[in-house]
Amino acid sequence: MHPAPSVILFTSFSGLGFGLLFWLGIGFPGVTGWVAFVFFAIAYALAVGGLLASTFHLGRPERAIKAFTQWRTSWLSREGWCAVTTLLVMALYGAGVVFLDQRWTALGLIGAILSLGTVFTTSMIYAQLKTVPRWRLPLTPVLFQACAISGGALLAGQTAFATWLLVAAGAIQIAYWITGDWAFRESGSTLATATGLGRTGRVRAFEPPHTGTNYLLREFAYVVARKHSQRLRLIGLILFAALPVVLLTLPFSHGWAALAVLSHIIGLLCVRWLFFAEAEHVVGLYYGKR
Amino acid sequence: MTSLPTSTERKLGLVIDLDTCVGCHACVISCKGWNTENYGAPLSDQNPYGADPSGTFLNRVHSYEVQPAQGAAQLIHFPKSCLHCEDAPCVTVCPTGASYKRTEDGIVLVNESDCIGCGLCAWACPYGARELDADEGVMKKCTLCVDRIYNENLPEEDREPACVRTCPAGARHFGDFADPESNVSQLVAERDGFDLMPEQGTKPVNKYLPPRPKDQLDGEIDVLAPLLVPVAENPTGFFAWLDKTLDRL
Repeated sequence: MHPAPSVILFTSFSGLGFGLLFWLGIGFPGVTGWVAFVFFAIAYALAVGGLLASTFHLGRPERAIKAFTQWRTSWLSREGWCAVTTLLVMALYGAGVVFLDQRWTALGLIGAILSLGTVFTTSMIYAQLKTVPRWRLPLTPVLFQACAISGGALLAGQTAFATWLLVAAGAIQIAYWITGDWAFRESGSTLATATGLGRTGRVRAFEPPHTGTNYLLREFAYVVARKHSQRLRLIGLILFAALPVVLLTLPFSHGWAALAVLSHIIGLLCVRWLFFAEAEHVVGLYYGKR
Repeated sequence: MTSLPTSTERKLGLVIDLDTCVGCHACVISCKGWNTENYGAPLSDQNPYGADPSGTFLNRVHSYEVQPAQGAAQLIHFPKSCLHCEDAPCVTVCPTGASYKRTEDGIVLVNESDCIGCGLCAWACPYGARELDADEGVMKKCTLCVDRIYNENLPEEDREPACVRTCPAGARHFGDFADPESNVSQLVAERDGFDLMPEQGTKPVNKYLPPRPKDQLDGEIDVLAPLLVPVAENPTGFFAWLDKTLDRL
């Protein structure tokens, strides 16, 4: 799949933002006043910034409001509702914490659950697609939750939690890659089933429909060299989990913590780029690309 | 609403005969022509006369080589457009309700004024039947020429999809799959018509007819054939002289 920057930024930053809102909702850190304001401002900048980035890949962003209508069937629509509801609930909760020195625990918990719900609906946009076997795995929503909760813990300054959660997120990421590498073969889709010509003999793509490229090839037939993808996986994993874990176990300093956050964000962007770039769409079969 | 209808009164669709298609791409051109000039946004081209031309098409013809276990390889031309699936995954993923499947005839359509161009329906389609138009920013797909098949301003013989009307080989057939007596249902039954990627669970309405096995030229062709062997082992007369002269040159 084409790794569009808007979608990578959207899933990464809104995931981090809602992850941070989850921790703020359950009262970790239990800050109030101006300190809380800064935490909420960062969370909203990430969550809203990510959501805005997602509109950049729309062909007709001026009609985006219509995406709220089909929540009965569409995960994208459900994501819109979840995100807006979470942001409203957490704004109310945040206002209590920041301005009134009041912690409405129940409201915070509802907001925390909604935050994770939003991340779940984001992940289901991808996990629902039968056409992309690498995404249609139970581990896809697990991976998105792990990224959000661990990244949120890191941003919330919950060092003890963050260390273990980052280790877990790294392990889930590795498990996702291993399962994902088998997913396309296990889906059973081949050029033979795609053309139905398998019953006649061995099928080979002879000539594409056009000499030039097209929307389908640009959108679905992105191929990363295996050599590079292995290297990027290693780099991504080190920056996403390993380095932050090492930095967090060092004696605490704000410098190390800031570096851990920076490393985690770059690593997250790297593994999220791979999430898209490595995903194979079955339509590539028709072009002999799989 | 992007919920799928539980059943449709009719199931309009195409049968594509892979045995008959000659790969002339006339269906591609007539589709582009009709759908650029009629319903909805035109099918735009980007840089059409430049070094890297690209454009929106609702119907594309691939070509595949098939090597049977025995005999010569076959070249199969393979037209592909929207299959108007009964369980269309492109419809249910749509966040705006722009994509829908009609209850009266099962045609899958896009209401372009509701489409936000998110592209998720194209991601959900295993067949590459939907293309986001680069100029309009909305999703384009085969409409089964909904503006021809019911159009009483057209002569009766033109009330079928442009691709079917134009096919010079008669490789494309249009009809109602809900009626077991229809031309398309009969063809599918007679010729063992099949679905593309049945494992995706989309239940396509359009069906493909397999290429027929080719004749095998083995053994004696005709009892008279040996009498037609043109080689003379021991030429005499004029041919003997010609043979010698040519050897000498």
